[in-house]
This record gives sequence, structure tokens and C-alpha cells, in this order.
Amino acid sequence: MADLSIDFAGIKSPNPFWLASAPPANTGDQVMRAFDVGWGGAVWKTLGNPIVNVSSRFWANDYGSTRMMGLNNIELITDRPLDVNLREMREVKRRYPKHTLIASLMVDTKEEWREIIKKVEDVGVDGLELNFGCPHGMCERGMGSAVGAEPKVLQEIAGWAVDCARTPVIIKLTPNVGDIVEPGEAVERSGAHAISLINTVKSIMAVDLDRMVPLPRVGGASTNGGYCGPAVKPIALHMLGELTRHPKVSRLPISGIGGISTWRDAAEFIALGATSVQVCTAVMHYGYRIVEDMLEGLSDYLDSQGMRSIEELRGRAVQNYAHWGDLDLSYRVVADIDPVKCIGCQLCYVACMDGAHQCIHLPGRTEEQSRKAGHTHIPAQVPDIVALGKGAPAGVRVPFVDEEECIGCNLCALVCPVSGCISMKELPSGKPPETWNDRVQRGDDVVPGGLDATAAARAERGRA
Amino acid sequence: MSDVSDAMKGAVAGTAAKGRDGAPFLVAALSPGRTEERYEDKHPRYTEAEAVTEANRCLYCVDAPCIKACPTEIDIPTFIHKISTGNVRGAARTILTANLLGQSCGQVCPVEVLCAGSCVYNTWDRDPIRIGRLQRYAVETALEKNPALFQKKAPTGKRIACIGAGPASLAVAGWLALEGHRAVIFERKPLPGGLNTLGVAPYKMKADESLGEIEWLLSLGDIELRHGVSVAAEARGPHEIAARSLLEEYDAVFLGLGLGDDSQLNIPGEEGEGVVGAVAFVERLKVDPALAVEGVRRAAVIGGGNTALDVAHELALLGVDVSLIYRRGRAAMTGYAHELDSARVDGARLVEDRAPVEVLREDGRVVGVRLARTEGGRPVAGGEEVLPVDLVAVSIGQSRATQVALAFEGVALDGRGRLLVDEATGRTGNPRVWSGGDCVNGGDLVVTAVADGKRAARSIHAALVDATSPAGA
Ligand SMILES: Cc1cc2nc3c(=O)[nH]c(=O)nc-3n(C[C@H](O)[C@H](O)[C@H](O)COP(=O)(O)OP(=O)(O)OC[C@H]3O[C@@H](n4cnc5c(N)ncnc54)[C@H](O)[C@@H]3O)c2cc1C
Ligand SMILES: Cc1cc2nc3c(=O)[nH]c(=O)nc-3n(C[C@H](O)[C@H](O)[C@H](O)COP(=O)(O)O)c2cc1C
Ligand code: SF4
Ligand code: SF4
Ligand code: SF4
Repeated sequence: MADLSIDFAGIKSPNPFWLASAPPANTGDQVMRAFDVGWGGAVWKTLGNPIVNVSSRFWANDYGSTRMMGLNNIELITDRPLDVNLREMREVKRRYPKHTLIASLMVDTKEEWREIIKKVEDVGVDGLELNFGCPHGMCERGMGSAVGAEPKVLQEIAGWAVDCARTPVIIKLTPNVGDIVEPGEAVERSGAHAISLINTVKSIMAVDLDRMVPLPRVGGASTNGGYCGPAVKPIALHMLGELTRHPKVSRLPISGIGGISTWRDAAEFIALGATSVQVCTAVMHYGYRIVEDMLEGLSDYLDSQGMRSIEELRGRAVQNYAHWGDLDLSYRVVADIDPVKCIGCQLCYVACMDGAHQCIHLPGRTEEQSRKAGHTHIPAQVPDIVALGKGAPAGVRVPFVDEEECIGCNLCALVCPVSGCISMKELPSGKPPETWNDRVQRGDDVVPGGLDATAAARAERGRA
Repeated sequence: MSDVSDAMKGAVAGTAAKGRDGAPFLVAALSPGRTEERYEDKHPRYTEAEAVTEANRCLYCVDAPCIKACPTEIDIPTFIHKISTGNVRGAARTILTANLLGQSCGQVCPVEVLCAGSCVYNTWDRDPIRIGRLQRYAVETALEKNPALFQKKAPTGKRIACIGAGPASLAVAGWLALEGHRAVIFERKPLPGGLNTLGVAPYKMKADESLGEIEWLLSLGDIELRHGVSVAAEARGPHEIAARSLLEEYDAVFLGLGLGDDSQLNIPGEEGEGVVGAVAFVERLKVDPALAVEGVRRAAVIGGGNTALDVAHELALLGVDVSLIYRRGRAAMTGYAHELDSARVDGARLVEDRAPVEVLREDGRVVGVRLARTEGGRPVAGGEEVLPVDLVAVSIGQSRATQVALAFEGVALDGRGRLLVDEATGRTGNPRVWSGGDCVNGGDLVVTAVADGKRAARSIHAALVDATSPAGA
């Protein structure tokens, strides 16, 4: 069985699964219950000067029959007194010395930072997470994402913490920036020991059309909140990839956060360079129990890949996160429909017709009918493939992909409700591999059919 | 009627079979040409796409009613969630940890009245989650990829004898072997599995599938299967072993005896060819290639329980014109309504409030059965009629096979011949003898037999460990 333990900036943790700083890590009782079922660590709900929270606080984005594809909140940091939190943290660390306990912190002045760091280190936390990410409420007071979005301020405050901390300093970044590399580099310059990302994305979830108030509603008004959950995973993965392929920033360990709900999500973050992962929304939805599947699934996955530890998986995909200009323009795939799996819903057909390249055809049509339907390229023959699935009613026809015209965009495979029914098969393009950057180098980066002005400017440059 | 054809007996009887190199030694003992091969699987294994789609429909309930409805308390929401994340191996682990016969239970459990019958979707008036099919998918897929799912503990030197190789005993042997104990299973028939191999309707599960599962189970640890050996009060030959010697040689004994032979009607004309006991008939249908059903055009099945419904359904699927004769009304039938419905859909006819009073023969051959009207389940005078048939399958219950249990000192039976055990542990009046399954509950299900086996295995393990731990510890 693979070894799931990790070393995160010197912090040893039994496994990479940590609760993110949020409601699931609000109290000592909660954190201990989470540790009991398998969580390896917890980042305590952000401490600072206590605030007042509003009611209501959350709203979610449903998609089809899936509830809470995305969650938004307008909650601030902890609203419990500092000494209560500190007492509980000490108790957790006493009872679970091997588990990871991180204090998430958000205060304002240098003196406040110095004081709160001393207090949490005195109760025995393993590390500090500076919350430079909260995008609502606190940033208006000059904290949270207001810091994360200002590299200079970030570097300065992180520097204060590094100066007085005895435990590793993790900077939690906000995704509400134009380019995550800037705050990432600021962390690296500050001397902080690690990064966690992402915090929530600024959002307004919906509008109550009867009351004309955005949601979640607090009396007669609402405010922008922070978006998280499965919907933000792609945003988080991108920001992670930007930092893990950065020559300097990648030296810092990163705790990946954002939409992680399953072992597979976690494995993807780790493959893109994360050392630990943090989870909030999935726990808020289904409870601490999901960690059983995460631990088991990740461990079995590592075994199946012949990897003995998390470290062997970490960063494996980073080198394949390339710039567009380095992609092979000669590579070619086309859609391939499995007649045994096709159920004949024709969603692939309409997607290709209206949203792609009009190259999926319905069998049994005359050329005239095809033209009327909107096809401009008619293949010599549209074979009449009968659906071969067991139980398929007679007459169910499988759409036909005209490989000549298929641009290999994936759209049909993505809309097909039967997973594995449409696969993208590689076709030899007959051309040697070539990237756009190769072309630029050769001065062959013009595609015919462009603007006159552009062509003239290029010719001018060529003469110069 | 013989249990199985002689050819098959020769193949495996009397040998001490043991899994080696994962070779299919039990499945290989089956002869081809069995009638069961003619049946289509009613609920074939889901494909991955089907399974994931169905799994995503599950709400992942907390304190889920489906778990409570499962006699082995499989953590259903957890295993289904794992299927949805692609963690099929983990799903199989969740299932098999709670129920070592999770594969056959996924196929043979009447989920309509168990887990799926309690799914919250019913309350919502929607199709419940297909829990049985998801379970089958998870276990079969995971074990096919890599059967080494569990790690057995270090040998303890303790030995347990399990009598009967039905689901109850198999469960006991499997769990105790994982704990490091040695289990020896004694089975009087040539094939293991009890009614799970020889009784379950072939459109749910075929004998080779049950035997394949048993091969896996035997590989879990130090388990030996001795088939063709009966446990008896006194041993009268090499194919018998005495109760007393088991108590001498083993630290604990588990009695998973199941039920006895089919009960008889005791009406004129019953003796002879053409009248079969339902359970014996199904056994031949499943494993005896010599059974010939071609000559049978019309059949009467007598009874109103699940076995009667199964036999009627099995015959109907073979193209036989079947009448199911029941001595009361439909509402009083002990067979499940959903099984009756599907048997009728496939052509079986239900004849209510009638009882057979005579089997009619011409030149020894069965030509019909005389039916009397009944009131309150008893035949009354007047209105007799003859139903022309060439086969009568009698399914009015099974006798007990529990007399042998009395040879174990302290073990007692109740008035109906069932073994008496402690509710919480499955322990009999003899502190070294446990029991469970049909011989205790009077005839129920595979899953309840497994649950009984689990209960007994826990108690046996605790007793064995207690006996080894130093005094005062
Ligand atoms: C026709 C039929 C269809 C069924 N279909 C289903 C179904 O679809 N789903 C379901 O859940 N349940 C079904 N059942 C019930 C289910 O098969 C039983 O409840 C279950 O097999 C009981 O398990 P067991 O271990 O208690 O007994 P059994 O399965 O009966 O096993 C007992 C074993 O002990 C052996 N034995 C007995 N005495 C001795 C002895 N003295 N020495 C050595 N060996 C001995 C027997 O040969 C037998 O192999 C069906 C039953 C029948 C009859
Ligand atoms: C209700 C709620 C409260 C949160 N409070 C905090 C907080 O106090 N400090 C913090 O650093 N992040 C906070 N977060 C952000 C989470 O820690 C996490 O970064 C974010 O939710 C993304 O992870 P997820 O997609 O797993 O939910 C909060 C999120 C939610 C939903
Ligand atoms: S989840 Fe709990 S705290 Fe929140 S609104 Fe519902 S009952 Fe209240
Ligand atoms: S979307 Fe999938 S299932 Fe539907 S017609 Fe296309 S290939 Fe067949
Ligand atoms: S009751 Fe139904 S929906 Fe709920 S966990 Fe069980 S199978 Fe899933």
C-alpha cells in the first residue's frame, strides 16, 4: 500500500487531506470528529479580532439535478472569542499530536500580527496560514484579498510574519487577481515558506426576481460573496499550474484548494504540483465521511500506477502544462461513436451542427434533406449503422461522423450522455510535428486570408 | 432422484478441493449442457457508464434507510458514492467487509423488499436506486481486476469446523480465515454453495457464478473444503464424520445445515416418475446435464411460496405451459408479489383456492392432476376438476435436516425442528457450537444466512481470542 504521508514545508502530516479554513474547521469538536474519520489535518477557521456575521450567508448554484455545483458565502472570519478558539486548539493538538493543525490568521497592524502569531504558536500549532484571500467584507477593511491583490503590501505583511514566526508561514492567495504569478512571486520574495490557493472567487449568485434583491438576501439587500465548490476547480487548477511551472515560485510547497470533492480531484491537484489539498464545500455538502473514499481511492490509484508515495505523483503533470505556442499543430483526432453504446439521443448531432463543424450526419437522409438541414459538406456515403446496444429498439440509428471534416474539437464526446460512447481517436495527419513557435521562428506564421493592414505592416517589417 | 449426475459426482466427490493458482477448480467441475445455460441473465452486470450514471443518482443519504433494510448492514451510500468517483475497488471493499457474499447477494437478494424497497426515492414516488445491480457491478469488476482485496491476519493455530457449505457456513469460514484461524468445511454434496449454487433461479444467478465466488472466498485464508462428507451422529464409512470427533478435533463448530428434502403431498399417484420435489428439480435444472425437459409440455406447480414461484417461472421460460396451484387466495401467498408478477408476465398461470387430491397416471406416465376446490386452504367436496399435465412439481416446503445437531451435546431444537440459538451471538446450548441460516430461521434468504454467519463469526472469534489471551488481560 502506498505511503500517503507528506512533508509540507517541514510539517509532517499523516495524509494530504486537510480541512480548509471554513465552517468545517470552526470548533475543536468538529476538527476532532474529522480527525477520527481520517482527515490528516485542519486549517482552523480564520482567527482575528472577532466580527459579527450576518444571517443568511450562503447561496448555491444548482445545475440540472446536481445541487450545489457552486457555493457562495458572505461569511467573515470566526465570530468566536479568540481565547475560546485557542483553548480548543491546544486541546486538539494535545489529543492528536500527529495530526496537522494550522492556524489561519487575519489581522491588520504589525503589532496585531506579532501578538496573534505568538498566541497561536504558544498553543502548539504546526504552522500559520495568512488569509490574504477573503474577497468580501474583510477586504473593505484593508485585509484579506485587499492584501492578496497588492503584491507590495503582501510582501511586506508576509515579511512581518516570517520575522516573528517560529513555525512555517503559508500565504493563502486570492484568485481575484489578473495574474496569479504576481502575488506568487511576492510570496517567494517575502521569505514565506509555502502557498495555499485558492480562496473564493468574487461572485453574485442570483437575483430574487420578486424582491429584486441579489442572493443570499440579508433583509432587503445583499452583497457580493465568495464562490467555491466543484465549479471553481478549473480556476484553482490553472492558478496552481501557473505557480508550479514558475521557475522560482515552484520551489515553495503548495496546498491546493478549490472544488476538491473526490480522490480523483485531489490526485489531479497533486499531479499538478500540490503537496497537500484542502477541502471545504464538499465537506459542507456531504460531511467528513467523504475522506474515506479520498484516502482509499488515492491509495489504490497510487498502487495501480506502481507509485509508492504521494511524492512520486507530485508534479508529474507540470511539465506537460505547456504554452499554446508549443502545442503540436499537426496532431489530429476525430470523433468515433461506439454503436454498442449509442442510445440514439442525437445530442452529438445537434451540438456538432449548431456548435461545431456540421460533420455529424443522421443516417437515412437524402442529399437534399441533408442540405436542407444545414450540411454544406456531404460525404459520398452515410452508412446506415443500427444501434447495437442490448435492448435497443429496432430502427435506432447511430449518427455518422464524417472524419474528413471532423476538426476533433471534443464537443460531441462532451455532450454525449453515455460516458465512453464517443471517443476521440488519433489519426495520422501525415505531417511532421510543428508548433506555432516553430513557425514564428521560420517566419512562416501567417495564415492566408487576413487583414490587408496586417500584411502591409509585416511586409514593412520584413524590408526593415 | 439423484442429486447430480453420476458423471459430475465422479469429477469432484470425496476429494479435498483447495484453490491453487487461482485456477477455476470448482467451476471446472461443472459439466456443459446444463439446462440453466438456456436462461438469460435478467439483470446483467452494468457497464461502467450505466453504473456511474446510476450511482450519481444516489443522494448519499445519511443514516440511510437502505442500510437499515440490509440484514448485513452494507454501507450502501458509501459504496455507491465510491462507484461515482471511480473508486470501484473501494466500493467492493465496503460491500465485502460487511457481506463476504456480496457478489451473489447483488444478484439474488430480493432488493424490492430489502434495501431498494426502503430507498428514499420510493417516498418521492420515483424509481429507487438499483442497489443490487450496482453492488454486482462493483464486486465483479473489482475482483476481476484484482481478487486480492483483503489481507489475512497471522495464523492463530485455532481450528473451526463448518458443517454444510451453504452461505451461512461460507460466511463464517471466510471471516474467521481473515482473522487467521483455520476453517474446514464439511459438505455432503459434491458441490459447495448450498441452495445458493443449487437452488437460486438461473435467470438471477447460475451455478458457475456461485462457484466462482466460492473459489474467491476459499482463497481468503486457510480454508479447506471437504465435499462428499456428511456429518452424522456416528460415522458409518469414509464419507461420514462423527459429531463427537469434530468436537475433539476443533476449537469450535458451526452448523449451517440448511433445510432437508422437499415435503410430499401424500396423495394417490404421487410416487414415481413425473412428480418431482421442487428443490430437487431446480437442483437438476442447475447442474445436471442429464435432466431432460423437452418432453414436458404442461406442468402443475403446487405451492404458494417463493420456491413455487421460481419453479413456475423457470418452467414458463422454457416454454412449458405452467399452472401454479395454490390452496388459498393470492393475498395469502408467502411468495413475493413482484416475483408472482414477473412469473405471470413470462406466462405462468395462477390457479387460486385449489388443491391437488390425486395424480392421474396412464401406463405409469403422469397425465393429469385432480384438483379440489378449497375453503380456508382445505379441500371441500364438490367441483373437482382435472388439469391435464405431464409434470407435477411439489413445492409445499422442505423438511428439516437438523436431527444430526442433537449429536452435539447441549444443542436443542424447537418444536418445529429449528436449532435454538442465542439471539445476539448465534451460540447454541453447547458453548463450542454455533449455528445460523435456514436451519435456525426455518428457511429465509442468502443474505440472512450471511448475516447469521457474520454474527456467529464475531462471537466465535471473540471466544477463541478470549481463550488465548492471558488470564486477567
Ligand atoms: C428454489 C430456491 C430458490 C431460492 N432463491 C433465493 C433467492 O433468489 N434469493 C435468496 O436470497 N434466497 C433464495 N433462496 C433461499 C436461500 O438459498 C437460502 O436461504 C440459503 O441458501 C440458506 O443458506 P444456508 O447456509 O443456511 O443453507 P443451505 O444453502 O441450504 O446450505 C446448507 C448446506 O449444508 C449441507 N448439509 C446439510 N446437512 C449436512 C450434514 N449433515 N453434513 C454435511 N453437509 C450438510 C447441505 O448439503 C447444503 O449444502 C432460495 C431457496 C430455494 C429453495
Ligand atoms: C462559508 C465559508 C467560509 C469560509 N471562511 C473562510 C475563512 O474564514 N478563511 C479562509 O481562509 N477561507 C475561508 N473560506 C474559503 C475556503 O477555505 C476555501 O478556500 C474555499 O471554499 C475553496 O475550497 P472549496 O471549493 O473546497 O470550498 C470559506 C469558505 C466558505 C464556503
Ligand atoms: S444549516 Fe443549520 S444553521 Fe444553517 S440554516 Fe440550516 S439549520 Fe440553520
Ligand atoms: S450523443 Fe451519444 S448517445 Fe446520443 S446519439 Fe450521439 S453518440 Fe449516440
Ligand atoms: S436510500 Fe436510496 S438514495 Fe439514499 S443512500 Fe440509499 S440508495 Fe442512495
